[in-house]
Amino acid sequence: MKMYLNSIFTDPERTARLMDIAQSSFLPLLKGAIFYTIPLTIITFIVGLILAILTALARISHVKVFQMIARVYVSAIRGTPLLVQLFIIFYGLPNIGIIIDSYIAAIIGFSLSVGAYTSEIIRAAILSTPKGQWEAGYSIGMSYSQVLRRIILPQAARVSIPPLSNSFISLVKDTSLASLVLVSEMFRKAQEIAASNYEFLLVYSEAALIYWVICFILSIIQQVFEKKLDRYV
Amino acid sequence: MISIQGLYKQFGNLEVLKGIDLEVEKGNVVVIIGPSGSGKTTMLRCLNVLETPTKGIISIEGNTLDFSGTVPKKNIASFRRLTGMVFQSYNLFPHKTALGNVMEGPVIVKNENKDHARKKAQALLEKVGLEDKVDFYPAQLSGGQQQRVGIARALAMEPKVMLFDEPTSALDPELVGEVLKVMKDLANEGMTMIVVTHEMRFAREAADEVIFMDQGVVVERNRPEIIFTNPKEDRTRKFLNMIQ
Ligand SMILES: Nc1ncnc2c1ncn2[C@@H]1O[C@H](COP(=O)(O)OP(=O)(O)OP(=O)(O)O)[C@@H](O)[C@H]1O
Ligand SMILES: [Mg+2]
Repeated sequence: MKMYLNSIFTDPERTARLMDIAQSSFLPLLKGAIFYTIPLTIITFIVGLILAILTALARISHVKVFQMIARVYVSAIRGTPLLVQLFIIFYGLPNIGIIIDSYIAAIIGFSLSVGAYTSEIIRAAILSTPKGQWEAGYSIGMSYSQVLRRIILPQAARVSIPPLSNSFISLVKDTSLASLVLVSEMFRKAQEIAASNYEFLLVYSEAALIYWVICFILSIIQQVFEKKLDRYV
Repeated sequence: MISIQGLYKQFGNLEVLKGIDLEVEKGNVVVIIGPSGSGKTTMLRCLNVLETPTKGIISIEGNTLDFSGTVPKKNIASFRRLTGMVFQSYNLFPHKTALGNVMEGPVIVKNENKDHARKKAQALLEKVGLEDKVDFYPAQLSGGQQQRVGIARALAMEPKVMLFDEPTSALDPELVGEVLKVMKDLANEGMTMIVVTHEMRFAREAADEVIFMDQGVVVERNRPEIIFTNPKEDRTRKFLNMIQ
């Protein structure tokens, strides 16, 4: 530890080498973030959110079969590690002839996970909307789906923005697991770079910093969003 | 014009409506009074099918729903459009402005052109005295103002009959008058109305008929001046003594 720190600050040659690596690895890492981590996060979150809304609706529907399917899905996803799910999809399915590109496999795995976890957020938000809102919608002649789309979901969205933002930010970080199914997202890039120059501390810290900056920006966006939605409360 | 025949409603083992028969003439205002739990709200909710009656027949201007059999969802939706409901707790859509609340039904349910619906909504809000509040959200309005938006929202669907469930009982006393005035204006214009209320002055001044309900049945019905001065039934007399 001491030696390492010493060498950074006392050995000018080593300092120069580290500066050089930090600089040359920045662009590949940023590319990994921009072309893989961020799109993966966004696509996954959108697909996951759609799954989550469907799951939440199934849970609150009066059709027993829908309820059952939704329950089993949520329970299975929450009861197994995300990494194991990714491995089953990417390394396991080929055994029965289903071969999925690593990027698609990651999208499927993360979406299923987001769908299960956030369905509970959305279900709670829908249930927190007063019954009178449904009745007011029905009383002006709206159908179930009209009330849901126009009256309930917009109000549920307002309630669920804070917890959903947290899920989104977690997802940014979770996408690093995709490195293990060979998606060349930021963390995989970091692993490749570090493997070639052995400067693990430096390169991984640099990746961490980029994750942090992304999440920091997201949390600012979250705050602006929440303020805007607070308008009519 | 409106007729209810043999209306029953049961919640589990609790029989709340025990065979209601009622006729309301077009343009008449009927006020329903009765003790708490007598089934007044339930009856109104059956009329616009927010509750499904256990059995009975309801009919409005020739549109009939018979609950002895199963009633298709489609028929319920179209039947519902004949009635406008005003709720005790207003139930305005909090994420929409006063104007948005009133336009919602015409635009979404009736597929009306937006500009046309907006003009109509503005006129309705003016009618209830809220022309300067069109762009306010419910949270920015007083209870009385919210309830008037609620009335405008129901009117926007051009219902054949307006149902009011204790429209003023959540209001501070000083705000009751403004809502009752709007209701009286409506009555004077010839709107058919069924009003559950504890406002006896409104009943006396605006009702064509007062109905006294108790324990799920209609005990007595008569013109207000008779009910309030010389009720036939003991139960009616007792109730009126209690609330006056
Ligand atoms: N959804 C429901 N499930 C079970 N019981 C209900 C339901 N709605 C109403 N009830 C019961 O039905 C009875 C009649 O209720 P209702 O609300 O129609 O009375 P009300 O005459 O409107 O009374 P109030 O003057 O207090 O408003 C009450 O005993 C009530 O508890
Ligand atoms: Mg009631």
